[in-house]
Amino acid sequence: MMDFFYLIPVALALGAAGLATFMWSLKSGQYEDLEGAAERILSNDGDKPIVEMRPPPSGRP
Amino acid sequence: MSCCSPSADAAMIDRSRTANDELLLASHDIGGGMRQNDLSVPTIHCGGCIQTIEKALDSLPGVEQARVNLSARRVTIRWRADGTPPPLIETLRAVGYEAHLYDVAADSKDDAVAELVRALAVAGFAASNIMMLSVSVWSGAEPATRDLFHWISALIALPALAYSGRIFFHSAWQSLRHCQTNMDVPISIGVLLAFALSLYETIHRGPHAYFDASITLLFFLLIGRTLDHVMRERARAAVQGLARLGGRGALVIGADGGPTYLPLNEIEPGMTILLAAGERVPVDGRVLSGQSDLDCSLVSGESAPQPVCVGSMLQAGTLNLTGPLAIAATAAAKDSFLAEMLQMMEAAESGRSAYRRISDRASRLYAPVVHLSAAATFIGWVAATGDVHRALTVAIAVLIITCPCALGLAVPMVQVVAARRLFERGIMVKDGGALERLAEVETVIFDKTGTLTIGAPRLVGGGPIDPDALALAAAIASYSRHPYSIALAAAGPARAGAPIAPDHVSEYPGSGLEALLGTAVYRLGRPEWALAGGESLPSGAEMASVILSKDGRCLAVFQFEDRLRSDARKAIAALVEGGLAVEVLSGDREQPVRQLASALGVSHRSQVSPGGKTAHIVASGRKVLMVGDGLNDAPALVAAHASMAPASAADVGRNAADLVFLRESLLAVPQAITVARNARRLVRQNLAVAVGYNAIAMPIAIFGYVTPLIAAVAMSLSSLVVVANAMRLGGGRGKTHRQQDSWRGNPSSPQFALSDK
Repeated sequence: MMDFFYLIPVALALGAAGLATFMWSLKSGQYEDLEGAAERILSNDGDKPIVEMRPPPSGRP
Repeated sequence: MSCCSPSADAAMIDRSRTANDELLLASHDIGGGMRQNDLSVPTIHCGGCIQTIEKALDSLPGVEQARVNLSARRVTIRWRADGTPPPLIETLRAVGYEAHLYDVAADSKDDAVAELVRALAVAGFAASNIMMLSVSVWSGAEPATRDLFHWISALIALPALAYSGRIFFHSAWQSLRHCQTNMDVPISIGVLLAFALSLYETIHRGPHAYFDASITLLFFLLIGRTLDHVMRERARAAVQGLARLGGRGALVIGADGGPTYLPLNEIEPGMTILLAAGERVPVDGRVLSGQSDLDCSLVSGESAPQPVCVGSMLQAGTLNLTGPLAIAATAAAKDSFLAEMLQMMEAAESGRSAYRRISDRASRLYAPVVHLSAAATFIGWVAATGDVHRALTVAIAVLIITCPCALGLAVPMVQVVAARRLFERGIMVKDGGALERLAEVETVIFDKTGTLTIGAPRLVGGGPIDPDALALAAAIASYSRHPYSIALAAAGPARAGAPIAPDHVSEYPGSGLEALLGTAVYRLGRPEWALAGGESLPSGAEMASVILSKDGRCLAVFQFEDRLRSDARKAIAALVEGGLAVEVLSGDREQPVRQLASALGVSHRSQVSPGGKTAHIVASGRKVLMVGDGLNDAPALVAAHASMAPASAADVGRNAADLVFLRESLLAVPQAITVARNARRLVRQNLAVAVGYNAIAMPIAIFGYVTPLIAAVAMSLSSLVVVANAMRLGGGRGKTHRQQDSWRGNPSSPQFALSDK
């Protein structure tokens, strides 16, 4: 019975860490271009992503 | 502005200027003195393209960073706003990629998908952890351990339910407020009651808790909903990535006499607009100076180019082909032909009865049955045993076991697979409802110009053409972008011998081309202009013809005909075979329409106004699939039961159509109908499976034999059956082979059999 007190929190924490990582990767635009990412590993050039692809709603001239 | 510019160069310079202004207008400020543009580049296809494009753009002065998105076929460019916009489109053209502006500001629905994916992730996390705890409970954990696990499950389930479930709760609440039910109502009630009962059981140390059932249910349903949105998103992005045919603005002579580039909605009647060759007329107007030919095919369905001169009235949306024009605007953009079409579309939209999706219709029957049987179970158990707690438990178990998990997946899964099959064939579906409506159509109505035909003329061998004359004509024609010239230039090299280089070629907009070769003057153009010497027209030279003359003497007569879209005959044969009535409805003149319709063996109507098309569809009283591309078809596209447009269609029509096909072949129409009908068959099967499952599970639940374990197993099993059935659509039949078949357009392959068994 005592084992549960650390085993279950450990299991849940690992799952939550996975969830948080997924949320972060989603937010940082890593699924924006899956095909491109596969091709880019073959190139040597700098590979700085453009984050925040959405324009602010009222930023038009 | 001169009225006859000697060459096309002046117009070209003009064009690139406006393109720069347009780029600036489409860009947006991202702060820090930087602006950002998004370009759609449909021909990006590999890692090499990424490098070429990024290298070329990064080396431009002023460009801070360029980034290719290979999946979306788009390039995002950030540039410093202190100078003029860098020549992005020209640079891309120089390295071999056609690019056009992409409106990111219009791209806002993306958030719905992101929100669904986040909700799905949370539900997935919660479902897997709760299931892990539940399995140990089902394996016979001791009461103390069981209670502890129930509490932990409740702690995980509560936030997950609040976060992931609100999508359903919100939609159900909206629906209830308008006194309707949709699929989300039984889902929300089932999930919430299951959670409430489980919490009550946990507090009272009961043996059964349904936390796993309620969260797993959410997880499965979110999968269906996310896929549905991803499909819609993908089609929308693909359609948006196509070139905008209308400009964002026009070059207007300002108060100071200099030209300024104004956005479309700031143009007012009376302003003078400069229109280069190759641009579309932005608002209705009258020609002040200049001569040209206009391509009206998108506006009126007329296939032959129309000559215009000073005083001609122009309709917004027509394409200026050969010479620059100065136009006095006679209407603002909001009162132009386009706006008139938009009003007619709105009228058609409100006149059409709202279509109810299959899943909504099913849930309308389903929800009352489920809720009544749950209530009856409760009353029955209270009457039989007098134990209220026991009766409530059983009634909620009935709700959980009948919660439309399979039903919620049954329809979207099939439609997602169907959309995927169509996507592989270059057909975009806007949403699942469009597929359901497409399966119901009884009549297919085609527009002529641009839909049944390519919308570009082709040289036809009316009489014997002297190969030397043709080669000469082709050489002269290559200097012009008039559709007839393009057709002549294309016809030339295949039949000609040595290349001919005329000394000097000048274009006379509205008339033709004049070339000097040695001392002889050759003219290629309208008969009355080319034969200025007064020679009478040779017999057989009719309206759509061009004459090549040498010093006023006729050398050759060329005749043109709009080319049929490839596989038009096969497509119509497949439609007729599938039991559909086919008609042609065109705004063009009687003669070309009759000729085309009789060649294809279908009935026709010509010179139909946009309003006439809509009225015809409404009056027919049948379920019509409208296939059209022009501005004048847009109201008819909205009025029809389902609609399709080619990728070359006017922007408005393309956005109004339910389906857009990207390839040239017209076989897309029978293919889409076949897939839609197959999808309908699978949807019905899936609904039957879901109902059958309930017919078996409900009695078990009503008699109180359901435990959380049985509920979890039954639910997952029915979902799996439904998903597996959806995968059968077009699968397992040698996909790649069949795909090639469809590209080559093999009508004998059973894929085109429009049977609906």
